[in-house]
Amino acid sequence: MRLLARRLGLYLITAWVAITGNFLLPRLMPGNPIEQLIAKLQGRVTPQMIRAIKLQFGQGLDQPLIVQYGHYMNGLLHGQLGLSITLSEPVSQILGGQIWWTIGLIGTAAVLSFLIGTTLGVLFGWTRGSRLDVVIPAATFLQSLPYYFLGTLLIMYFAGHLHWFPIMNAYDPSLTPGWSWSYIASVLRYGELPILSIVLSSLAGWMLGMRNMMVTTISEDFVLMAVAKGLPRRKVMWHAARNAVLPSVANLALTIGFLVSGSLLVEQVFNYPGVGNLLVNAVGNEDYPLLQGIFLLVTFTVLGANLLADALYYLLDPRTRASRHEQ
Amino acid sequence: MKSIQIPKSPKVIVGLVGLGLFILLTVIGPWLAPFDPNFSGFAPNVAPSWHHWLGTTGQGQDVLSQLLVGCRSTMVVGFIAGFVATIISVVIGVASGYVGGKTDEGLSVLSNVFLAIPGLPLLIVLNSYLPAGQQTNPLVIGFVIAITGWAWGARVLRAQTLSLRDRDFVEAARIIGEKRVRIMFGEVGPNLLPILTSSLLFTILYSVGVYTTLAFLGLTNVSTWNWGTMLYWAQSNNAGLANEWWWVGPPGIMIALIGTSLALINFGIDEFINPRLRAGGVSAKARRKSGVPRRPRLGMTPVLRAPKEIGPNS
Repeated sequence: MRLLARRLGLYLITAWVAITGNFLLPRLMPGNPIEQLIAKLQGRVTPQMIRAIKLQFGQGLDQPLIVQYGHYMNGLLHGQLGLSITLSEPVSQILGGQIWWTIGLIGTAAVLSFLIGTTLGVLFGWTRGSRLDVVIPAATFLQSLPYYFLGTLLIMYFAGHLHWFPIMNAYDPSLTPGWSWSYIASVLRYGELPILSIVLSSLAGWMLGMRNMMVTTISEDFVLMAVAKGLPRRKVMWHAARNAVLPSVANLALTIGFLVSGSLLVEQVFNYPGVGNLLVNAVGNEDYPLLQGIFLLVTFTVLGANLLADALYYLLDPRTRASRHEQ
Repeated sequence: MKSIQIPKSPKVIVGLVGLGLFILLTVIGPWLAPFDPNFSGFAPNVAPSWHHWLGTTGQGQDVLSQLLVGCRSTMVVGFIAGFVATIISVVIGVASGYVGGKTDEGLSVLSNVFLAIPGLPLLIVLNSYLPAGQQTNPLVIGFVIAITGWAWGARVLRAQTLSLRDRDFVEAARIIGEKRVRIMFGEVGPNLLPILTSSLLFTILYSVGVYTTLAFLGLTNVSTWNWGTMLYWAQSNNAGLANEWWWVGPPGIMIALIGTSLALINFGIDEFINPRLRAGGVSAKARRKSGVPRRPRLGMTPVLRAPKEIGPNS
């Protein structure tokens, strides 16, 4: 439990750093981006809107930074992320509607890629030194392809050329969203290619990591012992794999951030709704409140996923639990 | 100090040759380009031909020229960011591992925080707050990328420093009365080199990836050519849907190739650090030559099979 508590503490600190950074950045950045933004917006949006932005970023208020910080934290505790400039809606509402697309897409892809990649890594580690080793350079190349580029290639070939998959969007635009079978089926169908592109480009990392751990584990004495006892090959492999997977799981928490960063762009390529798409639009429109809200939301989601991964590690590795009794 | 041996596996050689070619291209790429990458007077959307080896873009520009010219900007930002990030991670990682105690705890939390925050969204936010004009400055972008990319290296370096700190030779230097700084750079430092190199290569890889991503999103100056901006223009002209593979393909493949070269060198370093990864020390060819009938499944474990199946090498 101590391990989990420590990690939780770390994530709380991280969340606080992200929140505080979010507060300080627009206020301390040279060139005063918010002032420039307000100057640009004069006359284009309602005076209330300008007032809301000024309030959010502490412009033209004679308040010391610490008082502004108090207001900011208080607002955040009540779920207030400000008003989006381009969409004129509360940021929290916009994000609440879009986050599920992203969680569904990236979550499914991440789990699939971890499972498939780790399994392949076990197999390739087991058969190391054989001709199957040629997958290493191939997988490295696959891993080096940017997610968005692989997505573009898949669209080009499988959707544009072979017409196996729909080209873009998250569901058939002629359907109305709701709990109908045709809508759900359409969501699944339209999700296939984006998920495939994320899985393909992140798979190799898990595979190579697992292969290396497997190769290292195989030369441990306990594996030799298992073979000497005459256990069937498959059991020995399973035995070694269970021990080799731990570092992969431990790495899971650290890699989620990378994975999410890469996957956000896949939404852009597939014109898939979700946070990644919003993020790109927010930057293009200099919609700072939306941008900041997205950053916080993505950070919190990643931290939550990290905590889940840590809990999984805690469940899998008995050593993390044993330390409790030692104390 | 003995010079570090470069591991001679084919992977490393391929990786080094690849990296060398890219560095060469960085220097001479703009001179090799047959046309001005901005010149848009050619027939648009033309497939590769003798005149345009990689075809033309939707604006009637020469793809090959853009590719060659774009190498420099991509690599320069990647290298600046990689080196800056590595310097940060050495300072923080080594100090954290060597000094220990409260300093270590504080610095560890700092690097863990930066590891947990998703890098790309942070980078996008930072980038969008930069004063106009600075967003196109390679040095500034390099620094901003470095801020988001140093934490992994710091973590790895800290772990290695921790394990080196209590080795006998470091202990001996301490007993002789060497100064702390000297021990850090003279005794511990050289033994960090493999990990340091690996972390540098990894960070360059990350930086090239992230920089091209920013460019792909149109967040850098879209009129300076790099492989990311090429993809940005291809995407905004729907080149993928129009099946213009000569426009979409080359920049992405270049990004992947530089990544592959760096990763292959890293594999070699991994094998250097962890000898168990060296495929049992015998290549398939050598084994066939010496007449081992089947590959040993569990590496060097001669108890595996009946005597007649054990080859001379196992």
